[in-house]
Amino acid sequence: MAATPSSEARAGLKLISPTAIYVLLLLAVPLGTVLLYSVLSGGRGVAELPLTLENYGTLFFHPQGAYLYILGKSLLIALAVTTITVLLAYPVAYFVSFHVKPDRKSLWLFLITIPFWTSYIIRVSLWFQIIGYNGLIDSGLMGLGIMDTQLNIASYSILSIIIVLAHAYAPFAVLPIFVSLEKVDRSLLEAGQDLGESRWVTFLRVTLPLSMPGVIAAALIVFIPTVGDYVTPELVGDGKEPMIANLIETQLLKLQNFPQGSAFAVISMLMVAIVSVIFVLWNRRYIGGQK
Amino acid sequence: MKKAPFLRSYTLFYLLFLYGPILLLPIFAFNQSKVVAFPLQGFTLQWFGEMAADQNLRNAAKNSLIIAFSVASLSTLLGIFAARASVRYAFPGKAPLMGMIMLPLVLPEMIVAMALLVVLLSIGIPLSLFTVILGQVLICTPFAVAILTSAFQSLDKSLEEAAMDLGETPLSTFRLIVLPLVMPGILASFLICFTISFDEFIIANFLGSGQPILSVYIFGQFRFPAKVPSMLALGTVLVCLSIILLGIAEYMRRRGIAKAGGQASGGFL
Repeated sequence: MAATPSSEARAGLKLISPTAIYVLLLLAVPLGTVLLYSVLSGGRGVAELPLTLENYGTLFFHPQGAYLYILGKSLLIALAVTTITVLLAYPVAYFVSFHVKPDRKSLWLFLITIPFWTSYIIRVSLWFQIIGYNGLIDSGLMGLGIMDTQLNIASYSILSIIIVLAHAYAPFAVLPIFVSLEKVDRSLLEAGQDLGESRWVTFLRVTLPLSMPGVIAAALIVFIPTVGDYVTPELVGDGKEPMIANLIETQLLKLQNFPQGSAFAVISMLMVAIVSVIFVLWNRRYIGGQK
Repeated sequence: MKKAPFLRSYTLFYLLFLYGPILLLPIFAFNQSKVVAFPLQGFTLQWFGEMAADQNLRNAAKNSLIIAFSVASLSTLLGIFAARASVRYAFPGKAPLMGMIMLPLVLPEMIVAMALLVVLLSIGIPLSLFTVILGQVLICTPFAVAILTSAFQSLDKSLEEAAMDLGETPLSTFRLIVLPLVMPGILASFLICFTISFDEFIIANFLGSGQPILSVYIFGQFRFPAKVPSMLALGTVLVCLSIILLGIAEYMRRRGIAKAGGQASGGFL
């Protein structure tokens, strides 16, 4: 192909233009609009000049700190879910990478990812049937005579939200960790053991640091959707413990306050961006060791 | 392979945890009792009958199929453009453009839905199945691009060059050489986008303004205890369907890689 750089550039741009224009119009423009709305003066069904930072102020200076509480809660729930999923997923990824025959690995990964592809709404609703009052756990434990009153785990809203989210996003965490473990040079491990390290020490000093990029990627992949989750707090927490997505919905749709809702949306995007940057910077420390 | 009995049993336990709720679906869908609780009451097909007779559910399923089919077609088409351009050509602004196309992967879905909703409401476009399709295409396109990029990457460039040397035009080369080789990738992308769209709730709920769509319908029905058993029956059917679809998608993806002479590894993500 004797394409000059400029004709290649033109061909590439022409080819990508339908997708790029679509995303520009339906994603970039809306995100810009939200940013603009967030600095307009607003009220119920009102959005007008002058520009103001009041919407952001409301968030921080609300009398009872109600909004900050929801924000902090979303962040903590997402971090808890992230930690739990990554810790639970690591041994699974390790097992598949180190102890499964190469030709069977795809099958194992396929088995692990299937639950993620089956209706999210149904899975979340099922959890409510499992941990709810007189649900499966209660009726099971009482039927076996282990308990004589209902545990009613679902009444602990935040705990229930964490359980359900940790289950929903579990498969997300396995794959990136698996990929980074696959890249670990096996001869390094043998070298470690030949030099007299125990298997456990070899793991801590060689395998774990080399797989950290995967762990961090997994953490990010789980954190982003959990912090913005709408369905679980609505269904499982019975709407009593709203998270940031529920707050945005309330402001935008129920109270029709576009500027305020937009400000919350921008804040939540900032939150995701800040946490992502921290994770990426953290990842830098480990990238050097990766070939 | 070293044996690791502890890790192995842990992994099996983990799989059980992952599959737990899904395994409950068929158990309680065939159970006579109206409530999801032990002990089991006896076998029945009543809930499947109730599900099949529900006219609203049929409407919702029809709408979901229309949406999923449109979204899968459109996302795959947009995915082909973007993946082909990014694999084949170098052009200015490539990184930011691709970054923007992939952005929905790292944005909470709620943000995408709300941003789009604000604009649609501001310029007065009425919400409909069409607006749901517009929104879901944004979410599905990154998945299509990811799958198709690996399909295009495993393509041997010299095949195209040979065809061109033999006098084919770029268009006929694409149709005769490239398209057949990436076809499995295209089918995999279509099936995965279809599955994602069919399951998707946030955009269907907020950009659909109460139109009967399956995921939204299910969300509403679980609030009525009397409706739970027929929802479990529906769940059983849906899980079977999506496992079949994904099985086909995974088969296509591997066949595509094998066709291009590569080794299949990893999953969809």
